[in-house]
Amino acid sequence: MDIIKISDLSKKFNGLAAVDNANFTVKEGEVLAFLGPNGAGKTTTISMLATILEPTSGTAEINGFDIIKNKSDVRKSIGVIFQDPSLDDELTACENLIFHGVMYDIKKELMEDRISELLKLVDLLERKDDLVKTFSGGMKRRLEIARGLMHHPKVLFLDEPTVGLDPQTRNHILEYIKKLNEIEHITIILTTHYMEEADKLCDRIAIIDHGKIIALDTSDSLKSLMGGDVVSLQCSEPQKLSNILKKEKWINKLKLNNNILDISVAKVEEKLVKLLEIAGKANVKINSLSLRSPTLEDVFLHLTGKSIREEEASGKDSMRLARRMWRR
Amino acid sequence: MKKIYIIWLREIKKYMRSKSRIIGGLGMPLLFLLVLGFGFNSLHVMKNGNYLLFIFPGIIAMTILMSSMFSGISVIWDKQFGFMKEMLVAPVSRTKIMIGKTLGGATTSIIQGFLIFLIALLIGIRVINFTGFLIAAAFMALIGISYTAMGVAFASRMEDMQAFPLIMNFVTMPMFFLSGAIFPLQGIPPLLKFLAYIDPLTYGVDALRYGLVGISEIPLWIDFMVLSAFCAAMIVIGAYLFNRTNA
Repeated sequence: MDIIKISDLSKKFNGLAAVDNANFTVKEGEVLAFLGPNGAGKTTTISMLATILEPTSGTAEINGFDIIKNKSDVRKSIGVIFQDPSLDDELTACENLIFHGVMYDIKKELMEDRISELLKLVDLLERKDDLVKTFSGGMKRRLEIARGLMHHPKVLFLDEPTVGLDPQTRNHILEYIKKLNEIEHITIILTTHYMEEADKLCDRIAIIDHGKIIALDTSDSLKSLMGGDVVSLQCSEPQKLSNILKKEKWINKLKLNNNILDISVAKVEEKLVKLLEIAGKANVKINSLSLRSPTLEDVFLHLTGKSIREEEASGKDSMRLARRMWRR
Repeated sequence: MKKIYIIWLREIKKYMRSKSRIIGGLGMPLLFLLVLGFGFNSLHVMKNGNYLLFIFPGIIAMTILMSSMFSGISVIWDKQFGFMKEMLVAPVSRTKIMIGKTLGGATTSIIQGFLIFLIALLIGIRVINFTGFLIAAAFMALIGISYTAMGVAFASRMEDMQAFPLIMNFVTMPMFFLSGAIFPLQGIPPLLKFLAYIDPLTYGVDALRYGLVGISEIPLWIDFMVLSAFCAAMIVIGAYLFNRTNA
Protein backbone atom coordinates (compact mmCIF):
# COMPACT_ATOMS: atom_id res chain seq x y z
CA MET A 1 0.00 0.00 0.00
CA ASP A 2 1.20 3.50 -0.75
CA ILE A 3 1.20 5.48 2.46
CA ILE A 4 2.48 8.66 0.83
CA LYS A 5 1.44 9.86 -2.60
CA ILE A 6 3.02 13.06 -3.81
CA SER A 7 1.65 14.67 -6.93
CA ASP A 8 3.18 17.70 -8.65
CA LEU A 9 4.22 19.18 -5.32
CA SER A 10 5.95 22.54 -5.75
CA LYS A 11 7.03 25.35 -3.51
CA LYS A 12 8.29 28.67 -4.80
CA PHE A 13 9.94 31.38 -2.72
CA ASN A 14 9.89 34.71 -4.54
CA GLY A 15 9.50 32.94 -7.84
CA LEU A 16 12.41 30.61 -7.14
CA ALA A 17 11.47 26.95 -7.00
CA ALA A 18 12.66 25.36 -3.77
CA VAL A 19 10.78 22.21 -4.65
CA ASP A 20 10.00 21.67 -8.29
CA ASN A 21 7.17 19.33 -9.28
CA ALA A 22 7.90 16.42 -7.01
CA ASN A 23 6.10 13.20 -7.91
CA PHE A 24 6.56 9.94 -6.10
CA THR A 25 5.00 7.40 -3.78
CA VAL A 26 6.25 5.67 -0.66
CA LYS A 27 5.12 2.22 0.45
CA GLU A 28 4.10 1.42 3.98
CA GLY A 29 7.05 0.26 6.09
CA GLU A 30 9.61 1.66 3.72
CA VAL A 31 12.65 3.68 4.75
CA LEU A 32 13.33 6.44 2.27
CA ALA A 33 16.12 8.99 2.31
CA PHE A 34 16.21 12.40 0.69
CA LEU A 35 19.82 12.87 -0.20
CA GLY A 36 21.11 16.22 -1.34
CA PRO A 37 23.25 19.19 -0.41
CA ASN A 38 22.02 21.94 1.89
CA GLY A 39 19.43 24.09 0.20
CA ALA A 40 18.39 21.35 -2.18
CA GLY A 41 14.80 21.47 -0.95
CA LYS A 42 14.79 18.55 1.45
CA THR A 43 13.53 20.45 4.45
CA THR A 44 11.02 22.36 2.35
CA THR A 45 9.56 19.09 1.12
CA ILE A 46 9.31 17.74 4.65
CA SER A 47 7.76 20.96 5.92
CA MET A 48 5.07 20.75 3.27
CA LEU A 49 4.37 17.10 4.02
CA ALA A 50 4.21 17.96 7.72
CA THR A 51 1.58 20.64 6.91
CA ILE A 52 3.53 23.55 8.36
CA LEU A 53 4.29 25.02 4.95
CA GLU A 54 1.66 25.63 2.29
CA PRO A 55 2.62 24.26 -1.15
CA THR A 56 2.55 26.73 -4.05
CA SER A 57 0.95 24.09 -6.23
CA GLY A 58 0.27 20.38 -6.25
CA THR A 59 -0.51 18.30 -3.21
CA ALA A 60 0.21 15.07 -1.39
CA GLU A 61 -1.66 12.40 0.47
CA ILE A 62 -0.42 10.82 3.66
CA ASN A 63 -2.23 7.84 5.13
CA GLY A 64 -5.11 8.70 2.79
CA PHE A 65 -5.42 12.31 3.99
CA ASP A 66 -4.75 15.37 1.89
CA ILE A 67 -2.03 17.63 3.30
CA ILE A 68 -3.93 20.78 2.36
CA LYS A 69 -7.56 19.91 3.05
CA ASN A 70 -7.08 17.50 5.91
CA LYS A 71 -4.26 18.98 7.97
CA SER A 72 -5.44 17.75 11.34
CA ASP A 73 -5.72 14.11 10.25
CA VAL A 74 -2.36 14.29 8.52
CA ARG A 75 -0.80 15.68 11.69
CA LYS A 76 -2.18 12.82 13.72
CA SER A 77 -0.72 10.33 11.24
CA ILE A 78 2.81 11.69 11.30
CA GLY A 79 5.64 12.27 13.72
CA VAL A 80 8.22 14.92 12.90
CA ILE A 81 11.75 15.27 14.18
CA PHE A 82 13.01 18.63 13.03
CA GLN A 83 16.48 19.56 11.94
CA ASP A 84 16.88 21.98 14.82
CA PRO A 85 16.10 20.97 18.38
CA SER A 86 12.49 21.54 19.34
CA LEU A 87 12.37 20.45 22.97
CA ASP A 88 11.64 22.69 25.89
CA ASP A 89 14.89 22.77 27.86
CA GLU A 90 13.24 24.02 31.00
CA LEU A 91 10.86 21.10 31.24
CA THR A 92 11.77 17.55 32.21
CA ALA A 93 11.90 14.73 29.67
CA CYS A 94 8.62 13.41 31.00
CA GLU A 95 6.94 16.81 30.88
CA ASN A 96 7.96 17.26 27.26
CA LEU A 97 6.37 13.93 26.44
CA ILE A 98 3.20 14.67 28.40
CA PHE A 99 2.83 17.97 26.57
CA HIS A 100 3.08 16.12 23.30
CA GLY A 101 0.67 13.44 24.46
CA VAL A 102 -2.01 15.94 25.41
CA MET A 103 -1.56 17.79 22.13
CA TYR A 104 -2.17 14.54 20.24
CA ASP A 105 -5.16 13.44 22.34
CA ILE A 106 -3.48 10.47 23.96
CA LYS A 107 -5.73 9.07 26.69
CA LYS A 108 -4.56 9.82 30.19
CA GLU A 109 -4.58 6.18 31.31
CA LEU A 110 -2.37 5.14 28.37
CA MET A 111 0.04 8.04 28.72
CA GLU A 112 2.26 6.74 31.51
CA ASP A 113 2.82 3.32 29.94
CA ARG A 114 3.60 4.81 26.56
CA ILE A 115 6.10 7.23 28.08
CA SER A 116 7.93 4.46 29.95
CA GLU A 117 7.89 2.23 26.90
CA LEU A 118 9.41 4.89 24.65
CA LEU A 119 11.95 6.15 27.16
CA LYS A 120 13.08 2.56 27.57
CA LEU A 121 13.41 2.24 23.81
CA VAL A 122 15.75 5.23 23.64
CA ASP A 123 17.53 4.39 26.93
CA LEU A 124 16.41 7.47 28.79
CA LEU A 125 14.10 5.95 31.38
CA GLU A 126 16.33 6.76 34.32
CA ARG A 127 16.55 10.40 33.19
CA LYS A 128 12.77 10.72 33.02
CA ASP A 129 12.45 13.49 35.58
CA ASP A 130 15.58 15.45 34.71
CA LEU A 131 15.40 18.83 33.03
CA VAL A 132 16.17 18.57 29.33
CA LYS A 133 18.82 21.28 29.61
CA THR A 134 21.02 18.81 31.47
CA PHE A 135 20.95 16.43 28.48
CA SER A 136 23.69 15.96 25.88
CA GLY A 137 23.00 16.56 22.19
CA GLY A 138 22.56 12.87 21.50
CA MET A 139 20.19 12.41 24.41
CA LYS A 140 18.08 15.30 23.23
CA ARG A 141 17.85 13.75 19.78
CA ARG A 142 16.79 10.44 21.26
CA LEU A 143 14.17 12.16 23.39
CA GLU A 144 12.87 13.92 20.27
CA ILE A 145 12.60 10.59 18.50
CA ALA A 146 10.69 9.15 21.45
CA ARG A 147 8.42 12.15 21.44
CA GLY A 148 7.76 11.86 17.73
CA LEU A 149 6.54 8.31 18.34
CA MET A 150 4.22 9.04 21.28
CA HIS A 151 1.04 9.07 19.22
CA HIS A 152 1.81 5.96 17.13
CA PRO A 153 2.38 7.79 13.87
CA LYS A 154 2.19 5.91 10.59
CA VAL A 155 5.00 7.95 9.09
CA LEU A 156 8.01 9.39 10.85
CA PHE A 157 9.87 12.30 9.29
CA LEU A 158 13.43 12.85 10.41
CA ASP A 159 15.08 15.99 9.11
CA GLU A 160 18.86 15.60 9.32
CA PRO A 161 18.63 13.50 12.47
CA THR A 162 22.38 13.28 12.99
CA VAL A 163 23.70 16.72 12.09
CA GLY A 164 26.00 18.09 14.75
CA LEU A 165 26.41 14.80 16.60
CA ASP A 166 29.68 12.95 17.09
CA PRO A 167 30.18 9.76 15.06
CA GLN A 168 29.48 7.42 17.95
CA THR A 169 26.22 9.12 18.83
CA ARG A 170 25.32 9.19 15.16
CA ASN A 171 25.64 5.43 14.96
CA HIS A 172 23.48 5.05 18.03
CA ILE A 173 20.76 7.23 16.56
CA LEU A 174 20.87 5.27 13.32
CA GLU A 175 20.50 2.04 15.24
CA TYR A 176 17.46 3.41 17.04
CA ILE A 177 15.91 4.41 13.76
CA LYS A 178 16.51 0.99 12.31
CA LYS A 179 15.09 -0.68 15.39
CA LEU A 180 11.98 1.49 15.11
CA ASN A 181 11.36 0.53 11.57
CA GLU A 182 11.63 -3.11 12.54
CA ILE A 183 9.69 -3.07 15.80
CA GLU A 184 6.93 -0.58 15.11
CA HIS A 185 6.87 -1.07 11.34
CA ILE A 186 6.79 2.66 10.77
CA THR A 187 7.39 4.24 7.41
CA ILE A 188 10.41 6.48 7.77
CA ILE A 189 11.39 9.43 5.62
CA LEU A 190 14.69 10.99 6.49
CA THR A 191 16.75 13.72 4.95
CA THR A 192 20.49 13.69 5.09
CA HIS A 193 23.58 14.81 3.34
CA TYR A 194 25.62 11.95 4.72
CA MET A 195 25.97 9.28 2.06
CA GLU A 196 26.79 6.44 4.44
CA GLU A 197 23.68 7.15 6.44
CA ALA A 198 21.41 6.84 3.44
CA ASP A 199 23.28 3.79 2.22
CA LYS A 200 23.19 1.92 5.51
CA LEU A 201 19.65 2.67 6.52
CA CYS A 202 17.37 3.10 3.58
CA ASP A 203 15.39 0.91 1.22
CA ARG A 204 15.30 3.63 -1.41
CA ILE A 205 17.09 6.90 -1.92
CA ALA A 206 15.83 10.05 -3.58
CA ILE A 207 18.60 12.28 -4.83
CA ILE A 208 17.56 15.92 -4.76
CA ASP A 209 19.34 18.87 -6.24
CA HIS A 210 18.04 22.38 -6.85
CA GLY A 211 14.54 21.36 -5.83
CA LYS A 212 14.30 18.53 -8.33
CA ILE A 213 14.26 14.84 -7.60
CA ILE A 214 16.79 13.61 -10.12
CA ALA A 215 16.81 9.96 -9.14
CA LEU A 216 14.79 7.69 -6.89
CA ASP A 217 15.79 4.07 -6.49
CA THR A 218 17.49 1.52 -4.28
CA SER A 219 21.09 2.13 -3.41
CA ASP A 220 22.23 -0.80 -5.59
CA SER A 221 20.30 0.34 -8.65
CA LEU A 222 21.65 3.83 -8.26
CA LYS A 223 25.18 2.51 -8.06
CA SER A 224 24.64 0.36 -11.13
CA LEU A 225 24.09 3.63 -13.01
CA MET A 226 27.82 4.05 -12.68
CA GLY A 227 28.50 1.09 -14.97
CA GLY A 228 30.52 -1.09 -12.65
CA ASP A 229 33.57 -0.58 -10.50
CA VAL A 230 35.84 2.41 -10.63
CA VAL A 231 39.54 2.27 -11.36
CA SER A 232 41.39 5.40 -10.39
CA LEU A 233 44.71 5.99 -12.09
CA GLN A 234 47.44 8.48 -11.41
CA CYS A 235 49.79 8.56 -14.36
CA SER A 236 52.37 10.62 -16.21
CA GLU A 237 50.16 11.69 -19.10
CA PRO A 238 46.53 11.38 -18.03
CA GLN A 239 45.19 13.43 -20.94
CA LYS A 240 46.89 11.27 -23.51
CA LEU A 241 45.73 8.05 -21.87
CA SER A 242 42.23 9.39 -21.59
CA ASN A 243 42.14 10.12 -25.32
CA ILE A 244 43.27 6.61 -26.15
CA LEU A 245 40.84 4.97 -23.76
CA LYS A 246 37.95 6.93 -25.20
CA LYS A 247 37.95 4.62 -28.18
CA GLU A 248 37.54 1.48 -26.09
CA LYS A 249 33.93 0.28 -26.10
CA TRP A 250 34.14 -1.72 -22.86
CA ILE A 251 34.80 1.37 -20.81
CA ASN A 252 31.53 2.68 -19.48
CA LYS A 253 32.69 5.95 -18.12
CA LEU A 254 35.79 8.02 -18.18
CA LYS A 255 36.45 11.06 -16.09
CA LEU A 256 39.54 13.18 -15.65
CA ASN A 257 39.49 15.07 -12.41
CA ASN A 258 42.55 16.76 -10.85
CA ASN A 259 44.90 14.61 -12.91
CA ILE A 260 43.23 11.49 -11.60
CA LEU A 261 41.62 9.35 -14.22
CA ASP A 262 38.45 7.57 -13.07
CA ILE A 263 37.51 4.66 -15.29
CA SER A 264 34.26 2.77 -14.77
CA VAL A 265 34.23 -0.78 -16.04
CA ALA A 266 32.14 -3.89 -15.52
CA LYS A 267 34.05 -7.08 -14.62
CA VAL A 268 37.05 -5.12 -13.50
CA GLU A 269 39.09 -8.21 -12.62
CA GLU A 270 39.29 -9.16 -16.31
CA LYS A 271 39.68 -5.69 -17.70
CA LEU A 272 42.43 -4.43 -15.42
CA VAL A 273 45.16 -6.27 -17.28
CA LYS A 274 43.92 -4.98 -20.61
CA LEU A 275 43.96 -1.49 -19.22
CA LEU A 276 47.57 -1.79 -18.10
CA GLU A 277 48.56 -3.18 -21.51
CA ILE A 278 47.08 -0.19 -23.27
CA ALA A 279 48.87 2.17 -20.95
CA GLY A 280 52.15 0.31 -21.51
CA LYS A 281 51.79 0.44 -25.27
CA ALA A 282 51.17 4.16 -25.15
CA ASN A 283 54.24 4.65 -22.97
CA VAL A 284 52.22 6.17 -20.17
CA LYS A 285 53.77 5.55 -16.78
CA ILE A 286 51.30 4.62 -14.08
CA ASN A 287 52.20 5.98 -10.67
CA SER A 288 49.38 4.60 -8.64
CA LEU A 289 46.22 2.67 -9.12
CA SER A 290 43.24 2.11 -6.89
CA LEU A 291 40.11 0.15 -7.28
CA ARG A 292 36.74 0.61 -5.60
CA SER A 293 33.07 -0.09 -5.88
CA PRO A 294 31.02 2.96 -6.74
CA THR A 295 29.60 4.89 -3.77
CA LEU A 296 26.57 7.08 -3.60
CA GLU A 297 29.03 9.94 -3.68
CA ASP A 298 30.01 8.83 -7.20
CA VAL A 299 26.37 8.56 -8.17
CA PHE A 300 25.73 12.04 -6.87
CA LEU A 301 28.73 13.42 -8.70
CA HIS A 302 27.63 11.66 -11.84
CA LEU A 303 24.05 12.92 -11.70
CA THR A 304 24.63 16.49 -10.58
CA GLY A 305 28.13 17.15 -11.82
CA LYS A 306 29.30 18.18 -8.40
CA SER A 307 30.34 16.62 -5.15
CA ILE A 308 27.95 16.77 -2.23
CA ARG A 309 30.91 17.48 0.05
CA GLU A 310 31.63 20.77 -1.63
CA GLU A 311 28.40 22.05 -0.21
CA GLU A 312 28.87 20.66 3.23
CA ALA A 313 29.71 22.82 6.20
CA SER A 314 28.24 25.87 4.58
CA GLY A 315 27.67 29.00 6.60
CA LYS A 316 24.22 27.90 7.63
CA ASP A 317 25.53 24.62 8.91
CA SER A 318 28.22 26.09 11.06
CA MET A 319 25.74 28.62 12.45
CA ARG A 320 23.51 25.77 13.39
CA LEU A 321 26.36 23.93 15.02
CA ALA A 322 27.37 27.01 16.92
CA ARG A 323 23.83 27.42 18.14
CA ARG A 324 23.67 23.86 19.31
CA MET A 325 26.94 24.21 21.15
CA TRP A 326 25.62 27.29 22.81
CA ARG A 327 22.46 25.58 23.88
CA ARG A 328 24.23 22.79 25.63
CA MET B 1 -9.72 22.73 26.53
CA LYS B 2 -7.15 20.20 27.67
CA LYS B 3 -4.75 21.50 25.05
CA ILE B 4 -5.13 25.11 26.17
CA TYR B 5 -4.61 23.90 29.73
CA ILE B 6 -1.33 22.09 28.96
CA ILE B 7 0.02 25.14 27.11
CA TRP B 8 -0.97 27.28 30.08
CA LEU B 9 0.61 24.81 32.50
CA ARG B 10 3.89 24.91 30.59
CA GLU B 11 4.09 28.69 30.98
CA ILE B 12 3.33 28.45 34.70
CA LYS B 13 5.91 25.72 35.28
CA LYS B 14 8.59 27.67 33.49
CA TYR B 15 7.74 30.76 35.50
CA MET B 16 7.81 28.92 38.81
CA ARG B 17 11.21 27.45 38.00
CA SER B 18 12.74 30.81 37.18
CA LYS B 19 13.44 32.57 40.46
CA SER B 20 15.23 35.36 38.66
CA ARG B 21 12.12 36.10 36.61
CA ILE B 22 9.97 36.27 39.71
CA ILE B 23 12.33 38.49 41.66
CA GLY B 24 13.60 40.52 38.70
CA GLY B 25 10.08 41.43 37.68
CA LEU B 26 9.45 42.93 41.08
CA GLY B 27 12.52 45.16 41.13
CA MET B 28 11.35 48.10 39.07
CA PRO B 29 7.83 48.34 40.55
CA LEU B 30 9.24 48.16 44.06
CA LEU B 31 11.69 50.92 43.28
CA PHE B 32 8.86 53.08 42.00
CA LEU B 33 6.63 52.25 44.95
CA LEU B 34 9.25 52.93 47.59
CA VAL B 35 11.16 55.83 46.08
CA LEU B 36 8.22 57.71 44.58
CA GLY B 37 5.86 56.67 47.34
CA PHE B 38 7.97 57.65 50.31
CA GLY B 39 9.79 60.38 48.44
CA PHE B 40 6.75 62.38 47.36
CA ASN B 41 4.84 61.45 50.46
CA SER B 42 7.07 63.72 52.49
CA LEU B 43 6.32 66.59 50.12
CA HIS B 44 2.62 66.37 50.91
CA VAL B 45 1.77 66.67 47.23
CA MET B 46 -1.72 65.31 47.78
CA LYS B 47 -4.23 67.72 49.21
CA ASN B 48 -6.06 65.05 51.08
CA GLY B 49 -4.14 62.06 52.19
CA ASN B 50 -1.31 59.91 51.46
CA TYR B 51 0.69 59.74 48.19
CA LEU B 52 1.99 56.26 48.94
CA LEU B 53 -1.60 55.08 49.16
CA PHE B 54 -2.41 56.94 45.93
CA ILE B 55 0.27 55.37 43.77
CA PHE B 56 0.13 51.85 45.16
CA PRO B 57 -2.73 50.68 42.86
CA GLY B 58 -0.88 52.33 39.97
CA ILE B 59 2.25 50.36 40.81
CA ILE B 60 0.28 47.12 40.82
CA ALA B 61 -1.06 48.03 37.37
CA MET B 62 2.51 48.80 36.27
CA THR B 63 3.77 45.45 37.50
CA ILE B 64 1.09 43.61 35.57
CA LEU B 65 1.53 45.79 32.48
CA MET B 66 5.26 45.19 32.31
CA SER B 67 5.34 41.51 33.04
CA SER B 68 2.38 40.92 30.70
CA MET B 69 3.97 42.69 27.78
CA PHE B 70 7.31 41.03 28.37
CA SER B 71 5.78 37.59 28.66
CA GLY B 72 5.10 37.96 24.93
CA ILE B 73 8.80 37.32 24.49
CA SER B 74 8.09 33.65 25.17
CA VAL B 75 6.63 33.53 21.64
CA ILE B 76 9.94 34.71 20.17
CA TRP B 77 11.76 32.43 22.55
CA ASP B 78 9.75 29.44 21.34
CA LYS B 79 10.46 30.41 17.74
CA GLN B 80 14.18 30.73 18.40
CA PHE B 81 14.49 27.51 20.32
CA GLY B 82 12.29 25.48 18.05
CA PHE B 83 9.52 24.57 20.45
CA MET B 84 7.10 26.57 18.32
CA LYS B 85 7.47 23.96 15.59
CA GLU B 86 6.46 21.24 18.00
CA MET B 87 3.26 23.15 18.71
CA LEU B 88 2.53 24.20 15.14
CA VAL B 89 2.84 20.67 13.78
CA ALA B 90 0.49 19.28 16.44
CA PRO B 91 -3.20 18.78 15.67
CA VAL B 92 -4.25 21.94 17.49
CA SER B 93 -5.40 25.28 16.11
CA ARG B 94 -3.10 28.24 16.36
CA THR B 95 -5.82 30.22 18.07
CA LYS B 96 -5.80 27.69 20.91
CA ILE B 97 -2.03 27.96 21.18
CA MET B 98 -2.31 31.74 21.34
CA ILE B 99 -5.03 31.60 23.99
CA GLY B 100 -3.06 29.12 26.08
CA LYS B 101 0.08 31.23 25.91
CA THR B 102 -1.84 34.43 26.66
CA LEU B 103 -3.59 32.95 29.68
CA GLY B 104 -0.27 31.55 30.90
CA GLY B 105 1.51 34.89 30.58
CA ALA B 106 -1.44 36.71 32.13
CA THR B 107 -1.50 34.33 35.08
CA THR B 108 2.17 34.85 35.82
CA SER B 109 1.84 38.62 35.59
CA ILE B 110 -1.19 38.61 37.88
CA ILE B 111 0.86 36.60 40.38
CA GLN B 112 3.52 39.29 40.12
CA GLY B 113 0.83 41.89 40.80
CA PHE B 114 -0.28 40.02 43.89
CA LEU B 115 3.30 39.80 45.14
CA ILE B 116 3.54 43.60 44.97
CA PHE B 117 0.21 43.75 46.75
CA LEU B 118 1.58 41.55 49.54
CA ILE B 119 4.70 43.67 49.86
CA ALA B 120 2.50 46.75 50.09
CA LEU B 121 0.58 45.10 52.92
CA LEU B 122 3.88 44.42 54.65
CA ILE B 123 4.93 48.06 54.54
CA GLY B 124 1.68 49.01 56.19
CA ILE B 125 -0.72 49.82 53.35
CA ARG B 126 -4.28 48.74 54.09
CA VAL B 127 -7.09 48.22 51.58
CA ILE B 128 -10.63 49.43 52.22
CA ASN B 129 -12.66 46.20 52.17
CA PHE B 130 -12.92 42.73 50.74
CA THR B 131 -15.43 43.60 47.99
CA GLY B 132 -13.05 46.26 46.81
CA PHE B 133 -10.28 43.72 46.76
CA LEU B 134 -12.38 41.38 44.58
CA ILE B 135 -13.13 44.21 42.15
CA ALA B 136 -9.42 44.99 41.99
CA ALA B 137 -8.60 41.31 41.41
CA ALA B 138 -11.02 41.15 38.49
CA PHE B 139 -9.45 44.22 36.90
CA MET B 140 -5.96 42.84 37.48
CA ALA B 141 -7.02 39.84 35.42
CA LEU B 142 -8.42 42.07 32.67
CA ILE B 143 -5.24 44.14 32.53
CA GLY B 144 -3.10 41.01 32.55
CA ILE B 145 -4.95 39.31 29.70
CA SER B 146 -5.17 42.48 27.58
CA TYR B 147 -1.49 43.30 27.69
CA THR B 148 -0.26 39.74 27.40
CA ALA B 149 -2.34 39.45 24.23
CA MET B 150 -0.75 42.70 23.06
CA GLY B 151 2.72 41.34 23.84
CA VAL B 152 1.93 38.15 21.92
CA ALA B 153 0.70 40.26 19.00
CA PHE B 154 3.98 42.19 18.91
CA ALA B 155 6.05 39.04 19.33
CA SER B 156 4.21 37.31 16.50
CA ARG B 157 5.50 39.96 14.15
CA MET B 158 9.07 39.88 15.42
CA GLU B 159 11.99 37.52 15.21
CA ASP B 160 14.55 39.52 17.09
CA MET B 161 14.96 38.70 20.73
CA GLN B 162 17.13 41.75 21.40
CA ALA B 163 14.76 44.24 19.82
CA PHE B 164 11.69 43.02 21.64
CA PRO B 165 12.47 44.51 25.08
CA LEU B 166 13.43 47.83 23.47
CA ILE B 167 10.15 48.07 21.61
CA MET B 168 8.23 46.97 24.67
CA ASN B 169 9.83 49.71 26.76
CA PHE B 170 8.95 52.16 24.05
CA VAL B 171 5.31 51.12 24.34
CA THR B 172 4.93 50.44 28.05
CA MET B 173 6.63 53.55 29.41
CA PRO B 174 4.28 56.12 27.81
CA MET B 175 1.31 53.93 28.67
CA PHE B 176 2.38 53.81 32.28
CA PHE B 177 3.22 57.49 32.68
CA LEU B 178 0.04 58.66 30.95
CA SER B 179 -2.25 56.35 32.88
CA GLY B 180 -2.65 58.48 35.96
CA ALA B 181 -0.77 55.86 37.95
CA ILE B 182 1.55 58.43 39.52
CA PHE B 183 -0.51 61.63 39.35
CA PRO B 184 -4.21 62.51 39.50
CA LEU B 185 -5.89 63.35 36.21
CA GLN B 186 -7.78 66.43 37.45
CA GLY B 187 -5.99 69.63 36.81
CA ILE B 188 -3.49 68.37 34.18
CA PRO B 189 -3.19 70.19 30.82
CA PRO B 190 -5.90 69.29 28.25
CA LEU B 191 -3.51 67.58 25.82
CA LEU B 192 -2.14 65.36 28.56
CA LYS B 193 -5.65 64.66 29.72
CA PHE B 194 -6.68 63.67 26.21
CA LEU B 195 -3.73 61.31 25.92
CA ALA B 196 -4.54 59.85 29.31
CA TYR B 197 -8.10 59.15 28.27
CA ILE B 198 -7.08 57.25 25.15
CA ASP B 199 -4.65 55.15 27.19
CA PRO B 200 -6.54 51.96 28.13
CA LEU B 201 -4.38 51.51 31.21
CA THR B 202 -5.92 54.69 32.68
CA TYR B 203 -9.19 52.82 33.16
CA GLY B 204 -7.45 49.88 34.74
CA VAL B 205 -5.55 52.08 37.18
CA ASP B 206 -8.72 53.96 38.04
CA ALA B 207 -10.62 50.76 38.76
CA LEU B 208 -7.80 49.35 40.87
CA ARG B 209 -7.65 52.56 42.85
CA TYR B 210 -11.41 52.45 43.32
CA GLY B 211 -11.26 48.90 44.63
CA LEU B 212 -8.17 49.17 46.80
CA VAL B 213 -8.16 52.74 48.09
CA GLY B 214 -11.64 54.03 47.35
CA ILE B 215 -10.56 56.96 45.14
CA SER B 216 -11.86 57.15 41.58
CA GLU B 217 -12.18 59.69 38.79
CA ILE B 218 -14.10 57.60 36.26
CA PRO B 219 -17.30 55.61 36.90
CA LEU B 220 -16.50 51.94 37.45
CA TRP B 221 -18.83 50.71 34.70
CA ILE B 222 -16.99 52.85 32.14
CA ASP B 223 -13.68 51.41 33.36
CA PHE B 224 -15.12 47.97 32.90
CA MET B 225 -16.59 48.62 29.43
CA VAL B 226 -13.46 50.24 28.05
CA LEU B 227 -11.09 47.64 29.43
CA SER B 228 -13.25 44.70 28.34
CA ALA B 229 -13.51 46.07 24.82
CA PHE B 230 -9.75 46.65 24.76
CA CYS B 231 -9.14 43.14 26.06
CA ALA B 232 -11.38 41.58 23.41
CA ALA B 233 -9.73 43.63 20.68
CA MET B 234 -6.25 42.60 21.81
CA ILE B 235 -7.18 38.91 21.87
CA VAL B 236 -8.61 39.13 18.36
CA ILE B 237 -5.60 41.04 17.01
CA GLY B 238 -3.17 38.78 18.86
CA ALA B 239 -4.83 35.64 17.54
CA TYR B 240 -4.90 37.06 14.01
CA LEU B 241 -1.20 37.92 14.03
CA PHE B 242 -0.23 34.70 15.76
CA ASN B 243 -2.07 32.75 13.08
CA ARG B 244 0.19 34.34 10.52
CA THR B 245 3.48 33.88 12.32
CA ASN B 246 6.16 31.60 10.95
CA ALA B 247 7.87 28.97 13.00
